[in-house]
Amino acid sequence: MRLAFKIALRFLLSGKNQTILIALGIAVGVAVQVFIGSLIQGLQLSLVEKTIGNSSQITITSGSGDKIIRSWERVVYEAGISSKAIRNISPSVDASAFLEYEDGSEPILVRGFRLADADDIYGISGGLYDGKLPQRKDEAIIGRDLAEKLEVEINERVNLVTPLGGVVKLMVTGLYDLGVSAVNKSWLITNLETAQDIFGLDDGITSVEMQVDEVFNADNLARQVNNTLSDSRLIVDNWKDQNKQLLSGLSGQSLSSYMIQVFVLVAVLLGISSVLAISVVQRSKQLGILKAMGIKDRDASLIFVFQGLLLGVIGGVLGILLGIGLLLMFTAFAVNPDGSPVVPVFISYPFLVVSGLFAISAAVFASLIPARLSSRLNPIEVIKNG
Amino acid sequence: MDNIIELHGINKAYGEKIKTQVLHDINLSFEAGSFNSIIGASGSGKSTLLNIIGTLDKPTSGQLYINKRRTENMTKDELAELRNRTIGFIFQFHYLLPEFTAKENILMPYLINHFKPSKEVLSWTDQLIELVGIEKVAHNRATDMSGGQQQRAAIARALINKPPLVLADEPTGNLDSESSENVYNTMRKVNEEYGTTFIIITHDQRIAEKTDRIVEIKDGRIGLDIRR
Repeated sequence: MRLAFKIALRFLLSGKNQTILIALGIAVGVAVQVFIGSLIQGLQLSLVEKTIGNSSQITITSGSGDKIIRSWERVVYEAGISSKAIRNISPSVDASAFLEYEDGSEPILVRGFRLADADDIYGISGGLYDGKLPQRKDEAIIGRDLAEKLEVEINERVNLVTPLGGVVKLMVTGLYDLGVSAVNKSWLITNLETAQDIFGLDDGITSVEMQVDEVFNADNLARQVNNTLSDSRLIVDNWKDQNKQLLSGLSGQSLSSYMIQVFVLVAVLLGISSVLAISVVQRSKQLGILKAMGIKDRDASLIFVFQGLLLGVIGGVLGILLGIGLLLMFTAFAVNPDGSPVVPVFISYPFLVVSGLFAISAAVFASLIPARLSSRLNPIEVIKNG
Repeated sequence: MDNIIELHGINKAYGEKIKTQVLHDINLSFEAGSFNSIIGASGSGKSTLLNIIGTLDKPTSGQLYINKRRTENMTKDELAELRNRTIGFIFQFHYLLPEFTAKENILMPYLINHFKPSKEVLSWTDQLIELVGIEKVAHNRATDMSGGQQQRAAIARALINKPPLVLADEPTGNLDSESSENVYNTMRKVNEEYGTTFIIITHDQRIAEKTDRIVEIKDGRIGLDIRR
């Protein structure tokens, strides 16, 4: 075994040009894999972040007739202890209403939050571009699109009409832009007490929202939350169930990226296999004499397995470095007018390690054909022809 | 003396449809410690005979005993081990591995079955290098040596495991007469000092005449068998 390794190493070192060529071949394959993989991963993460990063990822609502959660402090507590991966738990009161303005009225969604909690999810204070957050009762903030439509400015009062016909005057203390026009157009954000009061919920709320540490694990965490809740009438939703199309788009993208990676790998594999098979023929004299001297077939084939292994390691390491280089170049040169990269690249170390290990196992696998040839080689053929 | 090699009714034929009989019912034995030559025209079957004795080739029928052990039912691995321990090979072409130095090549048969050379083996290697007279080029790559030096390194390699038997197939075929003489003397010295049995195929009349026994193979049969 040690001798086989030594011979493999010498074979590689003595055929330097050939070795460099195969190692480069593997390196290019791995680099493409790392580059495409990281690019697609970065693309997906930024897409997911943009889509659900600032929204509720798991939402608890009531399954009872009046849709009201009464003992919501307990729900908040139970959601919090169900998993360490759950964060930013925020109770909210949501209800439809109309805002009256000169020419008519505009349908809106009243969202009553505990603002400190909701801020963690929605980044409200970061999106506030004028005025301040509601601090007292009957204060509210509205989005840019709605403010422009109603021609409302800060410190003006607006009339809110509830579905039951009641009218409430609210003071607009601030204007926000959360980057999503549907939100900017329709949300009126106020504190919990104001919303509870407007819709006569007493101390009840309508939903508990939260985020999770690993967004793609939201469905499992939602199940965990559901199991922890003591009130079985509560309904636990998660973003994955609500965004099936986005998810199928993402998995389609992943699939095509895997396909590319697999074909690159197959090309690399065929390359290594054929070059090593040629090298068996080139070294048949050496193999023949080694067999005559009593090397066992298994060790004779190990020589080529070790060559595959060494080539895989060299090519894999080179390829990962090359791939990272490509990614850095891509983020440096493919940029938006504002200087941010077109696609935010995501370099994941586990992915790099997996790509490297994949290359090594592919190289070892590719060496099995030449190894078999070497094992079958009959010394008499070589010595006769010599 | 005991026989180190015994051949009983060895036949060898090549080809599937049209059979070419190369060896006909060969019965032959060699004594341990003897110094033998096999001569014959090319195509007479002498190389096939030597390859069968060396277990590199299998006879179509008949039995081969090496050191009283039957070989025809041994597995490939058992044969490999038997060759490694019992037989040293010298061929017309030296077959040194060009990727390794002369010394590394000489150690190769030992390393096939050992993890690391011991001190004794290393000093034995140096003795062999001295014996075959290649001290100056011992650390050269096999390609940076003259033809005679390469062949003498191959002889040292054949002896590293102290095999009781050395098979040589025209070891001087590619060498000038001075180098041939040198190689012959080396083999004879080993035979006398260590009692190693030699079976040498040769075309060289002068070398054949110096051996203890000359076996002539003619058309796959034993023609002459002269002992001195």
